[in-house]
Amino acid sequence: MNPWKIIKNGLLDENPTFIQVIGMCPTLAVTTSAINGIGMGLSTLVVLACSNLVISLLRNFIPSKVRIPAFVVIISTFVTVVQLLLQAYLPSLNASLGIFIPLIVVNCIILARAESYASKNDALSSALDGIGMGLGFTAALVAIGCIRELLGSGSLFGISVLPTEFPKTTIMILPPGAFLTLGCLMALLNHLRSKKPEVE
Amino acid sequence: MQTLLVFISAVLVNNFVLNRFLGICPFLGVSKKVETALGMGIAVTFVMALASASTYIVYNTLLAPFGLEYLYNIAFILIIAALVQLVEMFIKKSSPPLYQALGIYLPLITTNCAVLGVTVINKESGYSFITSIVNGVGAALGFTLAIVLFASIRERMERNNIPAPFQGFPIALITAGLMSIAFLGFSGLIKV
Repeated sequence: MNPWKIIKNGLLDENPTFIQVIGMCPTLAVTTSAINGIGMGLSTLVVLACSNLVISLLRNFIPSKVRIPAFVVIISTFVTVVQLLLQAYLPSLNASLGIFIPLIVVNCIILARAESYASKNDALSSALDGIGMGLGFTAALVAIGCIRELLGSGSLFGISVLPTEFPKTTIMILPPGAFLTLGCLMALLNHLRSKKPEVE
Repeated sequence: MQTLLVFISAVLVNNFVLNRFLGICPFLGVSKKVETALGMGIAVTFVMALASASTYIVYNTLLAPFGLEYLYNIAFILIIAALVQLVEMFIKKSSPPLYQALGIYLPLITTNCAVLGVTVINKESGYSFITSIVNGVGAALGFTLAIVLFASIRERMERNNIPAPFQGFPIALITAGLMSIAFLGFSGLIKV
């Protein structure tokens, strides 16, 4: 299969956040700033690509009855690796993502891709699928993070961009802001999709 | 006293769903009807209490003494998966009606991040055995409270006229956002 097509599938056609609506917990929790969104998105991407690759290589050895526990062990191994790396090299990011790094294990995106893609396809396309899905997830997180950071603290990627007279809407970086931002973004996407004439 | 504060904090102030964003998937997925939401809440309470207790024991008797703390994530998720399986078999044998009522929601508890979340929070806050269980039960009751309230709102929304782009997930998320604002009112209740 065409590698670009697999990546585009994850990034746009089957975007995990906006189209499949899975992996909601980290999406809502860590997007108080764009930087956090990138950190979480890339950590998930690494775990997703590595576990997809390994699961695809082992797909003929894992008995189908115990496949879910086996997948979970493989996934949590990579999550532990990512967590230890973050602790060692990016301690501040690790602190701000907090509990959501160990919780990548139960991110439904990863188990869903393992079950529906990596256990049926060859290693290379599985790894590419993981990268595509990870990029789609990262893009969604950064988009939500930018909106919340801009409205909530008047900055983007930690640099203030709005004039200080502009009122800061603190609620946007509090928990309710996450629900409201994602709800409005999804409504906007629904609206755009219903406007667009069906080409195919 | 500290145990009581942990309990109140877990139920209201740091509500798992509306404040910490743990367990959003079942919160959005299983909240169309009040009865199923309540069933899910009870099952999660059961599993979270057991998971808090057993992960505490495993962490402090098997992992910590041998310097294997870094394996906690793998150990915890396996304990939870085994526990859910056990609870499922137990309920199937002892109470078939309850098993029927919970249906597919039972196995799905394994991937409920609230369960793994509470065990990781217990470990990171260094709670004692009793406090861990209290925190687990409190967090699960907070989850049940939020999902039942949310389901009742959604049942009423069924009959309302919602603009087309907002139907389905968007309006559910905005409802959750408004509930979350309401729960912010508890934030001054206690300082932990």
